[in-house]
Amino acid sequence: MLRMESVTKTYRHRGQLVTALESATLAIGKGDFVAVVGPSGSGKSTLLLMLGGMLSPSAGRVLLEGQSLYDLNADGRARLRKRRIGFVFQTFNLVPYLTALENVEIPLYLSGLEPGAQRARAVSLLERVGLGDRLDHKPGELSVGQQQRVALARVLANDPAVILADEPTGNLDPETSDQVIEFFEEVNREGKTIVMVTHDPRAAQRAKRTLRLSGGTITSEESGRERLHVA
Amino acid sequence: MRMRTLVLREIFERKSQLLTSLLAILLGITVIVSIKNITFYSEKAVAREMDSLGANVLVLPKSVTLQDYYAADMQGDVIPEEYVTQLAMSDLQGLDNLSPKLSLPVEVRGKKYTLTGILPKSEFQAKAAWRGAGIFSRPIGCGAAAGVPGAGQPEDKRTLVRKRVIDNLDSKEVLVGADVAAALSLKEGDSVELLGQTFGVTAVLPQTGTVDDSRIFAHLHTVQDLSGKGPVINAIEVVGCCQEISNGLVEKINRLLPDAKVVTITQIVESQFKMNQLMSRLSTIFLVIIVLVGGASIANYMYANVFERRREIGTLMALGADSFLVLRIFLLKALLLGLAGGVGGYLLGTALAVAMGPHLAGVRVLPMPILALWAVVISVGLTLAASYFPARRAARLDPCATLQEI
Repeated sequence: MLRMESVTKTYRHRGQLVTALESATLAIGKGDFVAVVGPSGSGKSTLLLMLGGMLSPSAGRVLLEGQSLYDLNADGRARLRKRRIGFVFQTFNLVPYLTALENVEIPLYLSGLEPGAQRARAVSLLERVGLGDRLDHKPGELSVGQQQRVALARVLANDPAVILADEPTGNLDPETSDQVIEFFEEVNREGKTIVMVTHDPRAAQRAKRTLRLSGGTITSEESGRERLHVA
Repeated sequence: MRMRTLVLREIFERKSQLLTSLLAILLGITVIVSIKNITFYSEKAVAREMDSLGANVLVLPKSVTLQDYYAADMQGDVIPEEYVTQLAMSDLQGLDNLSPKLSLPVEVRGKKYTLTGILPKSEFQAKAAWRGAGIFSRPIGCGAAAGVPGAGQPEDKRTLVRKRVIDNLDSKEVLVGADVAAALSLKEGDSVELLGQTFGVTAVLPQTGTVDDSRIFAHLHTVQDLSGKGPVINAIEVVGCCQEISNGLVEKINRLLPDAKVVTITQIVESQFKMNQLMSRLSTIFLVIIVLVGGASIANYMYANVFERRREIGTLMALGADSFLVLRIFLLKALLLGLAGGVGGYLLGTALAVAMGPHLAGVRVLPMPILALWAVVISVGLTLAASYFPARRAARLDPCATLQEI
């Protein structure tokens, strides 16, 4: 499903060359649920953004279903994300001036769905995450947990094959965190591939596999039902 | 969800930030529409005024400095009446009517008025020598006097105010200006004593709003006799064909009468034209300033808006929005801003012009729908141009950097 082949990412920061990720090679199969853990600055988010076609590597290739992402231009990658990839962010990244319903409608609008169909699908998704009675609430009128649930509904809008989550429980209390992980487990059971960056050991334990990064290098892979190929 | 929903929600969410830029555009368009509207009607009024003057060329003594068209004959200097004969006998093309005038100050019942001598057409026609070569044997109709209602019908002497010349006037008859008639309670058929002679009032002239309202018109030769100056006049009003005037009629008259000053009505109202031109130039300068200030304000606002929304833009891109969609979001916002500024500016500017026109320019101003199109085109063009580079910057944002999560 997702592959990284000798991917390195370097960038310059105040004149110094910084290596965010170094020679990372991995393969994530369809239906996998991978937790990426490691200290701050270890390259977790870099890896996630690269898998999502948001950050081009300095060297190596990233492939989604056999398609080399960075052989596409930025707009081509955006179109691919629209169809195949969903993002969940630590800070939810909801559009503040839109209601919960409208936030979920955004990916559907981007896919060219008619307004009526957008609304029907968005209502169904918000009901699924337990926010059927909060359709017209703006993010500022929702609790933190409710905001993340809107984000979860939004990520499912276009029925993506891959969900990339960056610290999805980072801003949540333990109970809400549990609900989010349960949600991921549920959609994973439905066949979606999930890659989740997290600092939370309890959340990582719930993944099928855990990938540990340190200093931009994949250092270990902790046991799951499958093994990651670690360079 | 539609793009316009996305754009309108954002506009209303952050309307206070938008207000300054919108005001800059709105105010600018308002002022320009207002100036253009008033100037248009002011120019129209001047044109109408010129048309109503009838005569469009004046022959005056060389020494005269002319300030007021209507008072052209009310200076002390004179030219020989012979000039009228010379003009009438000439082969100049484009002379429609000649109206020589001589004015005297008179006092009637303790009040001062102007007695103006005019020569009726019949005097010209009575001179056989003029009939052959004279201007009245030629077909006329190109001058401003042509087409006057009532032409060809029995003469109504009140048309003097338009035609500047009448067909007949007896030596004991006078025409009385509206103000004189009102002040002296004169009406048609009354008699009035001027410089020791009694005259019958043939007609009371309609109100013109000019010094003619304070005049009493009598036969030129009668006034010459009363003045004791002999066969002289103060001025000759000439109705000339516009086409001939532009083809050098004034120069030809100058050559024929080298000791007289020949001016056209255009020269007389030159100061008004210059004022209108100045207003026009000022409005252009003002437009440039507004475009620059308004444009800078919009561009500044848009850049700030892009910066403020970079995380939102990054999120949209992460969800699959391509750069063209982001560009369109910002340009649609600019378009809506421009439409609001243009339409609002037109409405406010028109209201201002209609309300202030009579006070500022002394003219009645009506709404000009064409200015709505003009206002919207300028406003939308300005906001789109000012927003293009900020919008392009938004479209080129690195979604990864905007999320600031590396």
